[in-house]
Amino acid sequence: MTSVKSKQQGSVLTQKLHSKRQLFIPIAALLVLILVNLINDPSFFAIKVGTNSTGDPVLSGNLITILDNASELAILAIGMTLVTAASGGQDISVGATIAIAGSVVLRVLCGTEARPETLQAPIIVAFLVCCVVSMLFGAFNGALVAYFKIQPMVATLILYTAGRSIAAWINNNALPIISEPSFAYYGNFIPGIAIPTPVFIAIACMIIIALVLKFTTLGLYTQSVGINPHSSRLNGINPEFIKFITYVILGLCVAVAGFIKVSRFSTINYSVVAKDIEMDAILAVALGGNALSGGKFSMAASILGAYVIQFLTTTLYTFKVDSSALPAYKAVVVIILVVLSSPVAREKMAKLWKKVAPAKTAKEAN
Amino acid sequence: MQEGAVLEVRGICKNFPGVRALQGVDFTLREGEIHALMGENGAGKSTLIKVLTGVYTKDDGQIFLKGHEGPVHIKSPEDAQNAGISTVYQEITLCPNLTVAENMYIGRTKGPFTNWRAMNRRAGEILRSLEIPASPTQQLGTCSIAVQQMVAIARAVDMECKVLILDEPTSSLDEQEVRKLFKLMLDLKAKGVGIVFVTHFLEQVYEVCDRITVLRDGQLVGEYVIEELPRVQLVSKMLGKELNDMAALDKGETVSEKEDRGVPVLEAHQLSSTEGIKPFDFQIYKGEVNGFTGLLGSGRSECVRAIFGADKTTGGTVKVNGQEVSIKKPRDAMKYGIGYLPEDRKRDGIVGDLSVRDNIILALQVLRGFFRPISRAQAEAYADEYIKLLEIKTASSETPIKALSGGNQQKVILARWLLTNPNYLILDEPTRGIDIGTKIEIQKLVLKLAAEGKSVTFISSEIDEMLRTCSRLLVMRDRKMVGELTGEDLQQDKIMATIAGGESAS
Amino acid sequence: MKKLIALLLALMVMFSLGACGSKETTDSTANNDAAATDDAAATDDAAATDDAATEDTGDTGAADGELIKVGIINNDPNESGYRTANDADMKAVFTEENGYDATYAYSLKNDEQIAAAQKFVQDEVDYLLISAAGTAGWDSVLMDAQNAGIRVILFDRTIDADDSLYAASIVSDMALEGETAVNWLADQGLDEYNIIHIQGVMGSAAQVGRTGALDEMVAANDNWNLVTQQTAEWNAETAQQIVQSVIDSGEEFNVIYAENDDMAKGAVAALDKANISHGVDGDVIIMGFDCNKWALEELLAGNWNYDGQCNPFQASYIDEIIKGIENGQEPAEKVVIMEEKGFDAATITQEDVDQYGI
Repeated sequence: MTSVKSKQQGSVLTQKLHSKRQLFIPIAALLVLILVNLINDPSFFAIKVGTNSTGDPVLSGNLITILDNASELAILAIGMTLVTAASGGQDISVGATIAIAGSVVLRVLCGTEARPETLQAPIIVAFLVCCVVSMLFGAFNGALVAYFKIQPMVATLILYTAGRSIAAWINNNALPIISEPSFAYYGNFIPGIAIPTPVFIAIACMIIIALVLKFTTLGLYTQSVGINPHSSRLNGINPEFIKFITYVILGLCVAVAGFIKVSRFSTINYSVVAKDIEMDAILAVALGGNALSGGKFSMAASILGAYVIQFLTTTLYTFKVDSSALPAYKAVVVIILVVLSSPVAREKMAKLWKKVAPAKTAKEAN
Repeated sequence: MQEGAVLEVRGICKNFPGVRALQGVDFTLREGEIHALMGENGAGKSTLIKVLTGVYTKDDGQIFLKGHEGPVHIKSPEDAQNAGISTVYQEITLCPNLTVAENMYIGRTKGPFTNWRAMNRRAGEILRSLEIPASPTQQLGTCSIAVQQMVAIARAVDMECKVLILDEPTSSLDEQEVRKLFKLMLDLKAKGVGIVFVTHFLEQVYEVCDRITVLRDGQLVGEYVIEELPRVQLVSKMLGKELNDMAALDKGETVSEKEDRGVPVLEAHQLSSTEGIKPFDFQIYKGEVNGFTGLLGSGRSECVRAIFGADKTTGGTVKVNGQEVSIKKPRDAMKYGIGYLPEDRKRDGIVGDLSVRDNIILALQVLRGFFRPISRAQAEAYADEYIKLLEIKTASSETPIKALSGGNQQKVILARWLLTNPNYLILDEPTRGIDIGTKIEIQKLVLKLAAEGKSVTFISSEIDEMLRTCSRLLVMRDRKMVGELTGEDLQQDKIMATIAGGESAS
Repeated sequence: MKKLIALLLALMVMFSLGACGSKETTDSTANNDAAATDDAAATDDAAATDDAATEDTGDTGAADGELIKVGIINNDPNESGYRTANDADMKAVFTEENGYDATYAYSLKNDEQIAAAQKFVQDEVDYLLISAAGTAGWDSVLMDAQNAGIRVILFDRTIDADDSLYAASIVSDMALEGETAVNWLADQGLDEYNIIHIQGVMGSAAQVGRTGALDEMVAANDNWNLVTQQTAEWNAETAQQIVQSVIDSGEEFNVIYAENDDMAKGAVAALDKANISHGVDGDVIIMGFDCNKWALEELLAGNWNYDGQCNPFQASYIDEIIKGIENGQEPAEKVVIMEEKGFDAATITQEDVDQYGI
């Protein structure tokens, strides 16, 4: 009897560790990156208070750069996590739809002029229009995946290929530039506040998603749809609608990310803006230890994954890795991280842990 | 080998880890006969077929074929083909985007070149001789399912097979198509081909077959000439119940019928669904336990799925407490206080990676709605309550449900529905694949629920289990409701006679 | 509700397809029109030769005021500002007023371009103008063109084919662009050059040319140092991050050599954030390429120091060559390298901005 009990206690322990283990990989990766930088040059972590060219106080330093530049990726990781969990696939069109979102913002703000002296519409209107358009494109992807049962990667391939052309078409191939300084606040600094605005926006998004997950059943529904759509349906959930809605939510994330992107430079370059960001967003989800085939997810781990990716990028810049070798370095690190966070590897580690753990629990039981 | 036999199998054994799928099975197929292979799920029919066609290799035993000296060794499907054993599976394994002729000759042309004209001509001859309404150059996908099925048979025939195995060929065919197929089978029989026919439609067996071999739990029950085995006997052999051994059953425990039953909790009239069941009537009263019975594939699950809205209904009306309602999807049924424990636990019941806790609260959560999540603490309390109540053996409520044993998984699903406090609970095979102890617990629970005034529909393959719990049985045969048994009639032989239909039912 | 959404989506899909479709149809009608005029021209031609049976038909085209048929194969104008300007320039020059009947085909894919060329050969255009997406695979179609008596002029990009297969090739010399820029930088006479070098997509012609000149100079001079050399893949934001990381590491630098305007802009954003002065009279020299209009304005405002041109205006060169051939003059050189300027903040004028900004 006691043996059964201790065995059960042991598995309770591993169970608890299991839920925490998903956060373990991105945290461990972060620690390794911190350690490497600490050894290389401790001043990597220095944060300085300075002023920018307009005389406003700003914080600077690598950590601020990482927090700032990872914002869009973190926001996208939120939506990508939900899409992955519910539909068991990824949206590869987010980079292209960011171009569309940004283009819409500029179109609303600039009207048909390329270089307007004054804004043609309030910024909030531009943002809202951008949200609506992005959610419509998200809905387009979602409908293809949920109702037409097209493989997510194939369904989103359509906008992946066409998105940037659509973005250019929205502004008649022109590259509008906004001179109004208040528009740049969202991608840079609000005068008087020393922390970059994107950091606040990202935090706001995280708080919102945390509240949504706490005060709605979105988390439970997406996970059960992702794990077993048949039983979900028999329990009264509408699997198609849940899949659909996750793509719409991702559309909203894309809108916010796109808005930040155009605000950073007050303009857009359709062909390179947010290039390859979809891959980084998918990577963030994978780094968070979430199965790309859907099902259970950890939102916190995905978001942390996004910061790990940016941390890695910034680290590689400070190491001044040769340009042509940069992708190779990134690939090696990514391979290691992804393999470590894969379910198979985690299973192995869990077994390894069990080998060590029973000795301990047995002692405790005695 | 026996005189006139084309295929003889002696003492075949096949083991899988933990399962003895075939234990010394004998089987004999004679020239020019149609031989039915019968048995419930897990009886070993498909294992035997797979051994014969080389998909599995046998562990022990011998296979003899006409024209071969000594036992033959079938190690791959190719070996089987060369030995003259052809198989047509339930799901058509041909290529719909190729032509009929190409499908008939695919993988059989020698060398890199194909003589298309010769191939089409030869295919045309065979199709004509078998009276199959298809042209050799037609794309297979444009033919009806039945014709595709026949093309598959034609392909087998052209390989000059002596043994043709038809594995559930009629399950996706309509009445007329079945006629055509039978005609083809009789033609082939006249040509001396031995046909093994696997089906769960009793009527069809008695229509075309000459002999029946019954398997049960991996063992041979016996081989019978069709005239000598009445249907009711066949059913009893398949289910493994002798006709008179249920007299001892204690009927006192079952819920007695109440005189005044009032308005039915649920009443269905001429309900039908996309799953091909014939329209049926159904009602259940407060505190009643009734059940659907019938052989596997007879349509009992489809009936309850139609009631719950799990399959799309195509006609009929449903009343809940006398009010006409529209149940289009499971959510609708749940709102009217109906719960459904599905037959296929793995596919339709559990949400594997989710914790026991989340699995328990799932249905209640959906009923509460999207914006009213059950708090973590509340969920914890619910889970603990039911883990204790149903004695679910789990490390914790955090454990993923897939880590539990089948019986405990089933209890979690039961807990899920009990938590929603349903008025009417449908339990489709709740006791399948779980240990005896748990089975009895579940039966007791069903009776307890009924005593509390809830209504339960109970489906089980085990008739004595049904007899122990149900006060009324609805009998299904070939996707049709064929009878309703209550009171005195609730006896095993009556039930089996109704299941079997035909001469003994009348 | 669900159905409504599905319906809306379906409509949206149809609309978007329709949008693409309509574009497509205008294209194809353009082609049809071209085909129609082609037929008309052919009959006219026949009539003309009938009328003047004894005349040498060699130079009838321009002399009789007939339109010269040109087929223009270009990259997608959405690809970049450079390409947009290039396409607009083509459309401005090859007009009916200038005596041309021009048909356009756009693709970023080599095989699609070759197919388009094949079609133009069948349509019997007089001249085939190609900005190739890829360098390989053009031989056979150019051979066909030659056999059909069609003259080929390459612009903007060269291909791997025998130079007898085309009449001329009008290209930018990216290495020369780099050299011009590096020479300008050397002329600034700084004591020490600590350069942040931001590269384009590795391996692209522009990157290779613009990097080469700088690398040579750095190798040859002790007072030229590369603080960092990273690719930002033409992306402003990445460039900003690269410069940011140098600033954060506290290293000294006084030149930013960015291989296009976007990346220079990103670099400047990082400097602004750290309050490091740049441009004329600033601490850091800013160099960019491509001469976007907004970039030249930055120059005019003294925020940047140098912008190298990558001339997208090849149309007038081509026009000249075609007119020459029509009058029996072969171009003097097969490879025509376009004149490309480098603008200095000290000397740039508003006229320059208007004329050369793209």
